[in-house]
Amino acid sequence: MELSQAYTSLLSDMGHTIPLILIVLTGLVIVLLDAFKPRHVSIPYLTALVLAVALGLEIQTIGSQGGTAYYELIRVGGMAAYVNAVILTSGLLSVILMKPYLERIDHNIGEAYALLLFSITGMMVLGSANSLVTIFVGLETMSICLYIMTALIRSHKGAIESALKYFLLGAFSTGFFLYGIALLYGATGTMMLPEMRGAVAVSDSDTMFWAGLALLLVGFMFKVGAAPFHMWTPDVYQGAATPITGFMSTASKTAAFASLILVLYYAVPAETWNGVIAILALITMIVGNVIAISQTNLKRMLAYSSIAHAGYVLVGLSAGTGAGYSGALYYMLVYTFMNIGAFGVIAFMEFDGKEGSEQRLDSLAGIGYKKPVLSVCMIFFMFSLAGFPPFGGFFGKIAVFAPAIDAGFIWLAIVGVLTSAVSAYYYLRVLVVFFMKQPDGVYDFDASPVPFSATAVIVLCAGVILVLGVAPSIMEVTMSFFSSSITTTAAVLP
Amino acid sequence: MAGQILFFALAVTAIAAGVGVVWSRSPINSALWLILNLFCIAGLYLTLNAQFIAVIQILVYAGAIMVLFLFVIMLLNLSEMPSVTRFTIARLFGFFLVMGVLALLTYAVAAGLDVLPERIVPAAAAVSGSPSTLARSLFTEYALPFEIIGILLLAATVGAVIIAKRKPV
Repeated sequence: MELSQAYTSLLSDMGHTIPLILIVLTGLVIVLLDAFKPRHVSIPYLTALVLAVALGLEIQTIGSQGGTAYYELIRVGGMAAYVNAVILTSGLLSVILMKPYLERIDHNIGEAYALLLFSITGMMVLGSANSLVTIFVGLETMSICLYIMTALIRSHKGAIESALKYFLLGAFSTGFFLYGIALLYGATGTMMLPEMRGAVAVSDSDTMFWAGLALLLVGFMFKVGAAPFHMWTPDVYQGAATPITGFMSTASKTAAFASLILVLYYAVPAETWNGVIAILALITMIVGNVIAISQTNLKRMLAYSSIAHAGYVLVGLSAGTGAGYSGALYYMLVYTFMNIGAFGVIAFMEFDGKEGSEQRLDSLAGIGYKKPVLSVCMIFFMFSLAGFPPFGGFFGKIAVFAPAIDAGFIWLAIVGVLTSAVSAYYYLRVLVVFFMKQPDGVYDFDASPVPFSATAVIVLCAGVILVLGVAPSIMEVTMSFFSSSITTTAAVLP
Repeated sequence: MAGQILFFALAVTAIAAGVGVVWSRSPINSALWLILNLFCIAGLYLTLNAQFIAVIQILVYAGAIMVLFLFVIMLLNLSEMPSVTRFTIARLFGFFLVMGVLALLTYAVAAGLDVLPERIVPAAAAVSGSPSTLARSLFTEYALPFEIIGILLLAATVGAVIIAKRKPV
């Protein structure tokens, strides 16, 4: 291979990944800027601006034909652009919520924003990977940044504890993941996902391949927080700063699920593995929803709820069809708005001085009349998370349950609906406490007004959920686009 | 011929250094012997035309890992081990006898199972293990993961500073 030719092709590929490059460079600029001018006022605005620009660029390329770049290591356009857009949306909304929050607890350091951008870099690489190498590199970049972001509030012991747990368990799961990659490479002789499928058809009874895939799945299940690999989720979500938790629970799951979809779609014949995914989905839905009932801390409850939602997405994946995969991707979009909104609301209702990690739900009794705008938005988020019809969550659940029924997993869909009914109890209990209960003691409310930017983001999330709910045609557009996009990219690739 | 002399010189030094690691009673001396051992092995790699592995051996093992070793030894403030009880001719004789039997048995089992290592051909190692081959694929085919790993390391460094800073931000 001629070097000059190689560099020409790399240079032309850079044109397809401008959002990624912008994010990386801005992250580097912020690290430098913060070194010379600590806590410079422009850092959050710069972060938000570059995320918005990158989001705009990605949205423009969603309609384009999917392709690959950098020696087929990552995908661009089509599904990759959609996934990146969801991740960037999550990042943008989180940055706007983070700024006032971190200012309030006096931790508005520049590194927080740089790490956010670096973790988004990792997520974008992970969510659009076309090779096991890029999957691993993206996954690690994302995870390392998230460990550090969890430990950002160092003075708070809970945050350090969460970060240490997250780091140790995460490193352990990385071991599984890497071992799986090694075995898959040994069995197929390739790191490229599309080439793997051909390799497995030849050696169908290859134990090494299936062992590798099983280990890889363990790693993925850890990252998306699916039972029985969910143990870290409640502790980490409870200990981290609330807007960061919102970011972690949405963007990192979107990236991991997108990457899992690529692996399942390209490397595995669905009929051999969808039973395993179905059982994981079953366990995850039951564990998440049942344990969430008994939680008294709002952040911990939302953590279990996010486990349950990972279960719903796995229901869509278990179908093993294009409709199931696109349903899962649609679900992640809805979930992003719901969860960032919900975490955003509770971020501005904390007054325990420990980032809400020790605050009981009952202490928020009657807050609905003190912070009416946030509380009304919370109604939207809770109903949508529970999956009630006029909101986006309802259509999201249809998008993941319907393909599973088509694929013959009727029992799974029934359990999904039943556990959703269970979830209504703990979601609606939040609203009961907010609006219908009297406080049972005197609490030291933070009466300062919620900053306009944060209110705007939360109201926007609520609005988007309503739009996604009353205009289901948007879902059909997205879904048909995705089912076609996946198949066409598959046809284009060798 | 010169190659063989070089090999034997390096090999004997490596073995002597290895014995020194076990023999010396002070942990610091052991660590220094280990460095000598690692350098000799790097030299062996060089004679096999695997320059890249040789450099990595020195950078990673003799450099980074040994620094960690020394840090740990100094932080734990290990005292010298008590000296060996008593040195007798019988013990020395026993040692060589046991080692000889072990070597013989290992060879017999390995030969019986047909797992004796193949002679490697240095020319083949030169193609796949040379720095220029590695660099070429690292900076063209795997340029993207390479750059992203750079970001990963930067993020880890920044994180280590944030978490370890004495004064809270």
